[in-house]
Amino acid sequence: MTSTQTASHPLGDTAIEIAKLNKWYGTFHVLRDIDLNVSRGERIVIAGPSGSGKSTLIRCINRLEEHQAGRIIVDGTELTNDLKNIDKVRSEVGMVFQHFNLFPHLTILENCTLAPIWVRKVPKKEAEETAMHFLEKVKIPEQANKFPGQLSGGQQQRVAIARSLCMRPRIMLFDEPTSALDPEMIKEVLDTMIELAEDGMTMLCVTHEMGFAQAVAHRVIFMDQGQIVEQNTPKEFFNNPKSERTKLFLSQILGH
Amino acid sequence: MSNPDPRSVAFVRKTMLPPEPPPARASGAVLWLRENLFSGPLNILLTLIGLGILWLIFSTLWPWLSNSVWNAESMADCRKIIAAAHGPDASGACFAIIKHRWNQFVFGFYPSDLYWRPVLAFGTLFLALAPVLFADSPKARRIVTGLAVALTFVISAVLGATVVELGGMAILMLAWVYLIETRTGPVVLASLIYPFFAVWLLWGGTIWEPAMALAGFVLGFVVWRALSAYGMFAFAAAVVVAAFWWLALSDIVSRGIATVLPMRLAPVSSDQFGGFVLSITIGVSGIALSLPLGVILALARRSDLPIIKIMAVIFIEFIRGVPLITLLFVASLLLNYFLPPGTNFDIILRVIIMVTLFASAYMAEVIRGGLAALPKGQYEAADALGLDYWKAQRLIILPQALKISIPGIVSTFIGMFKDTTLVVFVGLFDPLKAMSDTIRASFEWKGAYWEPYIFVGSIFFILCFGMSRYSMYLERRLKRDHR
Repeated sequence: MTSTQTASHPLGDTAIEIAKLNKWYGTFHVLRDIDLNVSRGERIVIAGPSGSGKSTLIRCINRLEEHQAGRIIVDGTELTNDLKNIDKVRSEVGMVFQHFNLFPHLTILENCTLAPIWVRKVPKKEAEETAMHFLEKVKIPEQANKFPGQLSGGQQQRVAIARSLCMRPRIMLFDEPTSALDPEMIKEVLDTMIELAEDGMTMLCVTHEMGFAQAVAHRVIFMDQGQIVEQNTPKEFFNNPKSERTKLFLSQILGH
Repeated sequence: MSNPDPRSVAFVRKTMLPPEPPPARASGAVLWLRENLFSGPLNILLTLIGLGILWLIFSTLWPWLSNSVWNAESMADCRKIIAAAHGPDASGACFAIIKHRWNQFVFGFYPSDLYWRPVLAFGTLFLALAPVLFADSPKARRIVTGLAVALTFVISAVLGATVVELGGMAILMLAWVYLIETRTGPVVLASLIYPFFAVWLLWGGTIWEPAMALAGFVLGFVVWRALSAYGMFAFAAAVVVAAFWWLALSDIVSRGIATVLPMRLAPVSSDQFGGFVLSITIGVSGIALSLPLGVILALARRSDLPIIKIMAVIFIEFIRGVPLITLLFVASLLLNYFLPPGTNFDIILRVIIMVTLFASAYMAEVIRGGLAALPKGQYEAADALGLDYWKAQRLIILPQALKISIPGIVSTFIGMFKDTTLVVFVGLFDPLKAMSDTIRASFEWKGAYWEPYIFVGSIFFILCFGMSRYSMYLERRLKRDHR
């Protein structure tokens, strides 16, 4: 991670607006009064100890989790129980999972063309061209006709990124994309994500890769116990953390 | 290493070891025997006991089988032949009954000059299935279709089909095979039309009756496509239109066309069905209908919509909790009380409906197991890509869940096929009990107990074993995990 991307990207209008978001699992209060505005082109890294609600937060943004109170507006569409709105938001927001979640019964190419063909109604040939374009971008076009089970973890995760990109999303969510990978493979996935960042994609990324946060993020958000404890530019966040909880977290994660 | 000092821990590999072939596995018959059968005192003892039991079974059965008689006119004849050949006390099987009454075992009371019709229906079943069953193995497909065409033709000829009938069959089947080999699109249509064609062949009458039943489906489909923008409403409208067509119009229309252009085959009534024709008719219909119904029930049971879920649970638990015979009795006796007097609701159709409902309840639970086995991530990935419920089910979830469920699904198929012999309780002539009893009731075959059971059992075994082998082939073909 030698890239020295500076956090001086010109930011556009609001892409995601989250206000007074609250969520409970049963009686457990996972997210408490979350307020967050994301501008178009902004890159946010969300960090925090496990169980702090960071994954839940980004899963609320494409309604994989339902929220009980507060508002989430993605690209001008508010997430409610309206299924049409949910499908609209989901087709605009790409998501990359910790465990890749590729479809094992389809080839790499079919994984990438399925949603464009069936959701966007793109002709098959065009969808395949788009898919090959993005597979080249993540540097595995030669694997297009293999099945996910034949690929390494890092390759699978890059396919998962390509699969999301094929839908031409305006926002990308990453839910611990490198946590299930070997150290050697983490780099290849992070490099792909850095390239994506350089293209100006709006990104929300839950990760423990602090090097990535320093290199790419405009803003680092630290969460604990379902709340945003601290947010700042990466430079300030790492060099000059304000809250005690953040200092403790950083000393544990960077101290070894 | 140049430095043999044992205290030195520093080590740098200079050359990488080349890969070597694995050691040849020690083999040989004697080694295998020693490892598997005679590895210790207990194993030696068990092996000897096992061999003893095998010998006991074999030595009892062998004389009976080896003395068997295949050419005789009656049971008494059989006994005479055996006594003459092997002495007065020798016992022997009299498989002559099978040879003598073969047609009855297979066709029941189906008119003998029309035997070619069920044969053709069975043969074309493979033409309808081959493009689906062997989708990416043209070689297997060609073997199956070739065998089906050749056997159908030869058997029909042997059973006395006329030249005109044989000519028609040949043209139909060869055209179909040509279609299978050249066009993939229309072949699916041909397979969808097949059930209606088979009904016409088996029961006869005018072709317009099944054709108009098919027209109802087409009509429903057209309505559904035309209104598909309206979601569930389109589906409801399609069902209503199709039902209206079937109940009010199809009869009139089919009779109308039939007066102009009859296209009739000699009608055969349901009580003339029997033997394997009956079993296979019920079995194949039940298999074909219970799978889609089972899928719908399984999805309903996992649905988030409480009413649909409760209805599915009640249906599945009720049907599974009741013996099949009860349902068959309901079909044959109780239903008459509820239907308007004079309704002619075909008994085989009623039995098919009950058998289908019964099998679909089991099928639903098998498929639910497959659905539950899929990781949650698959559902989430499909959701995150913006696929709606039906698309996610059809493209992502069901292909994987059904693949996982193949062994259970085929078990249910096999169980259902064997259960078709239970139709004896509602007065239909199943091959195992009713047909053998009927044959035994004639004077010359009194006393032939084992032979019909062994014969019918073997045919069932062959058919079920075939299904089982196919399912293993399918599992291998769909294997994608590359572990």
